[in-house]
Amino acid sequence: MSTAEIPVDNGVNVAALLGVREALADTPDIAQFQWRATTSWVRGTHSQSSIESFYGFGDEQRHKASYTYDADHPLAFAAEDNGATPVEFVLVALGSCLTAGVAAIAQQRKIKLNSVSATIEAEMDLHGILGADPDVRNGFSKIDVKFDIDAEADQQGLEALVAQSQKRSAVFDVLTNPTNITVQVN
Amino acid sequence: MPHIPVVVVGAGHCGLAMSRHLAARAIDHVVLERGEVANSWRAERWDSLRLLTPNWLSRLPGQAYRGDDPDGYMTVAEVVDYLAAYAADAPVRTNTTVRTVRQAGAGFLVETDDGSWTADAVVVASGACNAPSLPAVAAELPADVPSLTAWGYRNPSQVPEGGVLVVGAAASGIQIADELQRAGRDVTIAVGEHVRVPRRYRGADILWWMEHAGVLGESWTEMDDLVRARSIPSMQLSGGGETLDLNALTARGARLAGRLQAIRGRRLLFSGSLRNVCALADLKLARLLDTLDAWALETGLEAPPPERFPRTAVPDEPVTELDLERDGIRSVLWATGYKAELSWLEAPVLNQRGRLIHDGGVTRVPGLYLIGMPFLRRRKSTLIDGADADARDLVEHLAAHLDAVVHGEGVAAAG
Repeated sequence: MSTAEIPVDNGVNVAALLGVREALADTPDIAQFQWRATTSWVRGTHSQSSIESFYGFGDEQRHKASYTYDADHPLAFAAEDNGATPVEFVLVALGSCLTAGVAAIAQQRKIKLNSVSATIEAEMDLHGILGADPDVRNGFSKIDVKFDIDAEADQQGLEALVAQSQKRSAVFDVLTNPTNITVQVN
Repeated sequence: MPHIPVVVVGAGHCGLAMSRHLAARAIDHVVLERGEVANSWRAERWDSLRLLTPNWLSRLPGQAYRGDDPDGYMTVAEVVDYLAAYAADAPVRTNTTVRTVRQAGAGFLVETDDGSWTADAVVVASGACNAPSLPAVAAELPADVPSLTAWGYRNPSQVPEGGVLVVGAAASGIQIADELQRAGRDVTIAVGEHVRVPRRYRGADILWWMEHAGVLGESWTEMDDLVRARSIPSMQLSGGGETLDLNALTARGARLAGRLQAIRGRRLLFSGSLRNVCALADLKLARLLDTLDAWALETGLEAPPPERFPRTAVPDEPVTELDLERDGIRSVLWATGYKAELSWLEAPVLNQRGRLIHDGGVTRVPGLYLIGMPFLRRRKSTLIDGADADARDLVEHLAAHLDAVVHGEGVAAAG
């Protein structure tokens, strides 16, 4: 059996991505993006966020649909657990960003993926958010990501995929490096 | 105003290699040098520095190493002597600083502090490392904290006792961090993307392998991503027989941190990506060694068996934050790279980011050439040994340009 002629297709349009990079050389301004979300309080610690528009490629853009997400805190926090905890959305963001990266880079390297799954675990000490110990931070003390990948590549090739995915990941960068945040009241 | 076909700016190894190839074609030229031959080596390097390339690899057009230590690494003073001797017959005008180079008619006007010239062609050979390149975060360092750049560093006496943060882990950062650690400072080294190589591999210098397997000679036209190839940090090497990588530094007590990302007041914030940049470097090293082993197998080379090196040891929980006072960081050494100083070049050859636009050293201004920049035409373009082939290629292009200029004028005169 020969599968050599069948081109690898992980469903990522790498040619389009590389085309964007080429276009940037002539029109660097189209690279300036703005991502947006709106959040509305529902009740208690329950909120609903929606995602609809963003700006990029020099123009206003819309998702093909409006996406909404419920966030809340678990019953153990005396909340109603109407959705994932905000910090869990961070894990979703990291896992999905790294996984998208693995797929795109595998495509570019002509590695066929059969399955990819990631488990993301983050450690947190509640002394921080409860204000019980000034030396403990509010956020995660560390995050561990474990990938299980079934693909046509050896272990070194898989490690290289995952390493490159981290290197090119926006969420990995957001989490590993400081970002200035301005919060104001209208 | 005197006219000369070619002005070469800079009498370092690149300018001298250009001169040698121009002379071989009997093309009249002058090499203008702001100081003495090999000026950067005389004035802009730290005291203990040695060339990172073994002596046998420090070849120049028409000159090979003839000393008795082909596997040694020249000191800065030896490099200066080597280049000064090589320059003996070259038409170098020392202590002549170029003020401006600009287009004039079909050629160039070159103004110096000692007269002006017109020329048909100009070669920028003034070097890629004339000034330190500092990240934006450097401006956030509190003014009372002593800091120094690798460019201004000479020896440990300039660095206060106690803790020092070395920012950058390419060739300069890793060597200076090592020297400071050995001089008793408590070194923390902030590590971003880096290129890890062993000094020796399977019984030979790593650069012997890279040269003979064709890695150093790889052409800029073969690179999938030339922008990236040209911005890769220098290899972690030192001019000695021993490997100097992060594992060597930590074994001697240095502390690793991620890339320095921000300074908030008196807190230094480091990236949490240390583990990944180390993994990337380890993987890249493994790929390089795979390439070298495959070449050895293919050519039937007799050498000791393949080796693999331990992964970079990263602390379980690398620091992401240091407080200048609490953690005793008394000074900062920026080893964050160098840049070319080209403010004198008044030609439309810079891109929006101030980088020179060129195609293998040929700029879009006819007659204006560039040599000695990272991966200009080959991976070894910034090595002394890379100057010969690059200069030969560029002089060939330049000679054709001169023929066209002369031919063009002839036609115009006939008209």
